[in-house]
Amino acid sequence: MTTMAVRGHGSGQLAGTAALLRLALRRDRVMIPVWSVALGALVASGAGTLEKVYRTAAERADVAHSMNGNGSLRALYGPVFDDSIGGLAAWRFGGFGYVLAAVMSLLIVVRHTREEEETGRQELLSSAMVGRRAPLTSALSAAFVANALVALIITSGLAKSTGDTAGSAALGLTTGAVGMLFAGMAAITAQLTESARLAKGLTGAVLGAAFLLKAAGDTATRDASSVLDWLSPLGWAENVRPYAGERWWALLLIVAAALAQGAAAYVLAGRRDIGMSFVPPRPGPAEGRISTAYGLARRLQRGGLIGWTLGFALAGLLFGGMTDGAADLVGDNAQTKEIIQRMGGQSGITDAFLATMAGMLGMLAALYATSSVLRLHSEETGARAEPVLAASVSRVRWAAGHLVMAFGGAALIMVVGGLGLAAGYGREPGPILGAALVQLPAIWALAGLAVLLFGAFPKLAQAALGAVGLCLALGWIGPALNLPQAVLDVSPFGHLPKLPGPEMAWTPVVLLTVVAAVLVGAGLGALRRRDIAG
Amino acid sequence: MTKAITVAGLHKSFGRTHALDGLDLAVEAGEVHGFLGPNGAGKSTTIRVLLGLLRADSGAAQLLGRDPWANAVELHRHVAYVPGDVTLWRNLSGGEVIDLYGRLRGGRLDRSRRHDLIERFELDPTKKGRTYSKGNRQKVALVAAFASDVDVLILDEPTSGLDPLMEEVFQSCVEEERDRGRTVLLSSHILSEVESLCDRVSIIRRGRTVETGSLAELRHLTRTSVTAELAGPPNGLAQLPGVYDVALHEIEGSQGHRVKLQVDTDKLDAVLRSLTESGVRSLISTPPTLEELFLRHYTGAEEEAVTR
Repeated sequence: MTTMAVRGHGSGQLAGTAALLRLALRRDRVMIPVWSVALGALVASGAGTLEKVYRTAAERADVAHSMNGNGSLRALYGPVFDDSIGGLAAWRFGGFGYVLAAVMSLLIVVRHTREEEETGRQELLSSAMVGRRAPLTSALSAAFVANALVALIITSGLAKSTGDTAGSAALGLTTGAVGMLFAGMAAITAQLTESARLAKGLTGAVLGAAFLLKAAGDTATRDASSVLDWLSPLGWAENVRPYAGERWWALLLIVAAALAQGAAAYVLAGRRDIGMSFVPPRPGPAEGRISTAYGLARRLQRGGLIGWTLGFALAGLLFGGMTDGAADLVGDNAQTKEIIQRMGGQSGITDAFLATMAGMLGMLAALYATSSVLRLHSEETGARAEPVLAASVSRVRWAAGHLVMAFGGAALIMVVGGLGLAAGYGREPGPILGAALVQLPAIWALAGLAVLLFGAFPKLAQAALGAVGLCLALGWIGPALNLPQAVLDVSPFGHLPKLPGPEMAWTPVVLLTVVAAVLVGAGLGALRRRDIAG
Repeated sequence: MTKAITVAGLHKSFGRTHALDGLDLAVEAGEVHGFLGPNGAGKSTTIRVLLGLLRADSGAAQLLGRDPWANAVELHRHVAYVPGDVTLWRNLSGGEVIDLYGRLRGGRLDRSRRHDLIERFELDPTKKGRTYSKGNRQKVALVAAFASDVDVLILDEPTSGLDPLMEEVFQSCVEEERDRGRTVLLSSHILSEVESLCDRVSIIRRGRTVETGSLAELRHLTRTSVTAELAGPPNGLAQLPGVYDVALHEIEGSQGHRVKLQVDTDKLDAVLRSLTESGVRSLISTPPTLEELFLRHYTGAEEEAVTR
């Protein structure tokens, strides 16, 4: 008998990377360009947008001064380091761009690593001429392509409109570097857990924590020099200070962290088997107690809801604790007052800060509620809905189980977030809880949109997340841009009363609740009439 | 006999693909009915219409005498379904899934039968979703189906991934179901399984039923090959109806002839008469194998697909 021998080709750990990268870019041929161009263009067009709002140098100096004086605005956008048009653009759009680049990168990396393994596709690919390190390398390369595109668009766009090449390059490269840092983070979480959903959730939690630390640090100091800022990668990004005497070493810090995380991911990936993680699966009960479609939905969504609840409790406590400090630093300036009025109401800077924070929690809760509704979509496309619906379960009953988790869960996390705010602030909880709960109709309306898309246009279901992103963008960077009210009105959050300051306005609350109910009804009606994908 | 499933003139399109093109199917109550056809012929689409998951474009489908689209929830109390590719939730154990499906079908899971089936299929019910192999995921769905107290079992290629021992367990389970008077619609590519289990079969191709009946009837419709040694020259064999591919050789050193031919099985009688007139020295008659029976339908589909 002879033994077949395969001649070695060097190490071969990276064999097939180019082919896998081509596959990844082919699969993401829509996702990467849309994300990169939208994100890059948003930041790159910032200078032009702001130039229209703040026409003279005096106006710009004024807004910079007053913005720096307000703790709640610093928490959201960070301090203004320079009142040039570039400096203002970096202040206004930089933080938003960093977070979006991070989200884009974590989605790309998890999609091409853990998701491929979870669905079993990687097994087939890896049985071909594909080295052990090729999947991770191609995923990180795809993320690099997207982030390089973002950096290029921002740098070239802003260099043209501001004339400051160094500052523009600093902003562009920092955005790309933050993206790669979270690509590295996602590469690590993709090794640690067997579930792509959990890997995305963990990386998103790290991003949320980084944002909270940065926000707290920025409230505490006027120049982002707090220890809290230095604990957060987003704080490092702020400290690059584009257009304000760029600190290139801070950029190097981000790059070094991205490289270190990438290296750690390779070490972890080399020590585990395909499809597995480091936590061996534990055996479960031999007999089950889940007996209804709702019980199943609760079981499937329980873990995610617990994570969101903890996050909201922490965020509420942190923001509540920042409230007094934020009110102390008010600038006495018409421009600021106007912006704060739009964001949080006029009756006192403390109330405005609390209203702003309640609004932020509301928009994040809309993200939870929408992705919770979209669980229906992934259950259907994953062929797990079919056998449930082939049992004696109506479609509406099946969907209702998940909707209870989405709509009720949103209410739960808003109550917890509101109580956290009140506890951190240390005053009577009633009005603050009211400020949190008044967000619910807007949250439900966005979740209702997801139900309608899932029921009537299942192929477009994921667009519901895009709608939430749009509302986040409008709420975050809209108020300072003098956008027409008609545009701001697109977001349901724009219609809510800015509690706890002003009087409660029932009309928008009732109307949005009705809109949510109609959307859910229409979505469920459409679900009853359409084909179920298998 | 009453019909458990009747499908008449069923049409279903997905965009430009015509998955079902006037399909007919009749399954008697209490029988095991084989549902066969090449990949993509429309078997799973038919099953999903019968389960009320898809709405047919036109035509009639009835399950237990009722419209599955309008009465899905009520009908599903009486139906257990096993898909060809079972996907489980990663964080639920097999035992939890079995019990969940039992309860979702109306809570009538027979505990002792559940226990018995888990033992026979050698399934570890404590393992979780993704840690099961394909065959074991299939077993989870099979145990849940066989342990449910239902009237109709709809099995869509249920044994893909089972090893031969488990295939035997599966077959004995289906036989028990039949003995208890249940109706089984079994979509399968495993011919030995079809041959030993099915009372009747329907063969579909490109969304249409091309053949239906008992295996004996289907065999009857196909050709038998005959090889004979004759004492004298054959007489007008090739002119007989239903005779094909006649090959004739003179045997050296004798008056004898060897003849080979194919004949439609229902025309066999006339051929044998003709042969005996010439004096039969030896005769080999081979009935069509099941493989030949199916390949005739399956390859036909491929040729059509190629020429399209």
